[in-house]
Amino acid sequence: MNYFPDEVLEHVFDSIASHKDRNSVSLVCKSWYRIERYSRRRVFIGNCYSISPERLIARFPGLKSLTLKGKPHFADFNLVPYDWGGFVYPWIKALAESGIGLEELRLKRMVVSDESLELLSKSFANFKSLVLVSCEGFSADGLAAVAANCRFLRELDLQENEVDDHRGHWLSCFPESCTSLVSLNFACLKGEVNLGALERLVSRSPNLKSLRLNRLVPLDTLQKLLMRAPQLVDLGIGSYVHDPSSEASNKLKHAIQRCKSIVSLSGFLEVAPRCMSAIYPICGNLTTLNLSYAPGLHGNKLTKLIQHCRKLQRLWILDRIGDKGLGVVASTCKELQELRVFPSDPFGAGNDAVTEEGLVLVSAGCPKLNSLLYFCQQMTNAALITVARNCPNFIRFRLCILDPVKPDPVTNQPLDEGFGAIVQSCKRLKRLSLSGLLTDQVFLYIGMYAEQLEMLSIAFAADSDKGMLYVLNGCKKLRKLEIRDCPFGNSALLEDVGKYETMRSLWMSSCEVTLGGCKTVAEKMPSLNVEIINESDQTEFNLDEGQKVDKMYLYRTLVGHRKDAPESVWIL
Amino acid sequence: MEVNYENGLNLKATELRLGLPGTDEPERQTTLRPNKRTLSEISCSGVTDDGNDDHQESAPPAKAQVVGWPPIRSYRKNCLQAKKNEVEGTAGRYVKVSVDGAAYLRKIDLKAYRSYPELLEALEKMFKLTIGAYSETEGYCGSEYAPTYEDKDGDWMLVGDVLWEMFISSCKRLRIMKGSETRGMGCL
Repeated sequence: MNYFPDEVLEHVFDSIASHKDRNSVSLVCKSWYRIERYSRRRVFIGNCYSISPERLIARFPGLKSLTLKGKPHFADFNLVPYDWGGFVYPWIKALAESGIGLEELRLKRMVVSDESLELLSKSFANFKSLVLVSCEGFSADGLAAVAANCRFLRELDLQENEVDDHRGHWLSCFPESCTSLVSLNFACLKGEVNLGALERLVSRSPNLKSLRLNRLVPLDTLQKLLMRAPQLVDLGIGSYVHDPSSEASNKLKHAIQRCKSIVSLSGFLEVAPRCMSAIYPICGNLTTLNLSYAPGLHGNKLTKLIQHCRKLQRLWILDRIGDKGLGVVASTCKELQELRVFPSDPFGAGNDAVTEEGLVLVSAGCPKLNSLLYFCQQMTNAALITVARNCPNFIRFRLCILDPVKPDPVTNQPLDEGFGAIVQSCKRLKRLSLSGLLTDQVFLYIGMYAEQLEMLSIAFAADSDKGMLYVLNGCKKLRKLEIRDCPFGNSALLEDVGKYETMRSLWMSSCEVTLGGCKTVAEKMPSLNVEIINESDQTEFNLDEGQKVDKMYLYRTLVGHRKDAPESVWIL
Repeated sequence: MEVNYENGLNLKATELRLGLPGTDEPERQTTLRPNKRTLSEISCSGVTDDGNDDHQESAPPAKAQVVGWPPIRSYRKNCLQAKKNEVEGTAGRYVKVSVDGAAYLRKIDLKAYRSYPELLEALEKMFKLTIGAYSETEGYCGSEYAPTYEDKDGDWMLVGDVLWEMFISSCKRLRIMKGSETRGMGCL
């Protein structure tokens, strides 16, 4: 059904960036499928075990950019064994052998060995961009290989990875000829870097826009780097401790003021609050501010800083800001879209925490708020209802009450009505995390109103299987469901097993599902991998069908059982 | 521990039985809602915290550490923990405080204060004296006392000149000087 030559269609498809749209395009007809697959440059794979590298390469020979995600989300919270899987090596090996001109690799929650980094660095002549988020398994040696061999490297972005970086010479491995860097983020490295090499690297990188340093970069180096890179747009300060009256501080102030393009600021891994005034000159331009690793910043010094940030769109902060501090955010940051409040003392007495009051203030003052992650001491239904009314635009709403089964402290009721108000009001809600005391009722509301919901995280909630059923039946667009410590059993799990094929994955831990129930799912749905994770020291899995399963992770896949599961994982 | 509020006696608490105080008794397994796990069944440390309680606890229950809760990335948790340890390592520091003319010395924990004003207020209360206001150029004005400290090099420095963080890491002992010795250091 082609009225246009292929090249014209290709050109049209080029302007379609979204993965979902391109997937839809490929389904129109055989001809479009063919043209689309040859012109596809970027592929996103949300679960690395849903497809194999071979099939990816076969379908998209023109691939330039690959995004892969490995471990399930709850791996972030130590609920998944360290050796569960998510190895990137087979992907890199297959891509290297295929002759694909890979230029960009973005990985999340994957195991990345030095060997894979080395292979990556040597296999793709045009490799430009490496982004690793919450990965592990590599050391500074792997980074050295990337630095040394990727001649046109533009981006090396390491976010919150566990890196073994005992040897800090990787930075010196960037050759003198490397002048293409646009983004360098090594904030998560704990070891020292060669400061001279860093200065020289920044000096010869005129396109450098994003630079995030680790804690061990001292102040005078920071000042020199800023002097050499006044064009920076995104800066991550490592250590920020200085005497405001000193010469070093004055030089720093001068250097910061020259950086008129900085719109994103983060880090402050070490900070002396009195020094924040040096930052004020650039605060007026900031759209992104991440102070969530700076517990030393609180009280007046913090609020004074925020009062300078009138253009802020994204703010990540610790709960030491307090409700009052959030009030300052509410009155200052009228453009705020995303707020994340992390706990500074997760197991402590909660003196410095925020409550429902802070959230209500922000919702009233920041009408553009659409994304929230909020760790708090307590929440009330009344507050949630007010927030829902003030901010109907939420796309992401993640609330974490530190005591997981805490009711509304004023009425002693569960928080069903509050969350119900959120899902009813926020018609565009895609992601929701619940906490506090919750009954089946909240799930009735979610099933009824959360029509756009794609990801739901539930913990310590519900009274019966009905809760899970409301969600599975109601949320048509659900892609990821993760549940822990809820009384959901086999009858909920087995009600509609076909549903799981429409989703990316389902996680259930410490629930009531049994081995028998999981086996039934596996039998009925060969297109799913049903994994049972058992971390106790049993050499053999207990074959009793009535046995409750500690952790179950199931996901749709086109390539059957994976071959790299450790002993603690049993694929049914 | 089940508390019988009707007759005001906490009989269970005084009951003699074999087993550690605070451990679950067998009949608690069959609760009103058998499917719902209470926090105590989940937590590793076994501290009893009955999520099924109807009455409101005025004091927060002991924080039982549940695996993977609160849901914070390990990376972030480790960073904050490392910072806590570091801060608690450098100070958490008791230093001797002497006041000219006082019969005996006292000891204070510098880590208990977050700033100079807090520290000075505590010293004023402890020794029943007034220290006055700090000025960069004039030292302490308004009283006959001046707070000084011995730093790592053995020099006696005026309290307040350097950043608080630098001060608590370098202060070895405090001495509140009085009278004639302080006159040379500042205003009348």
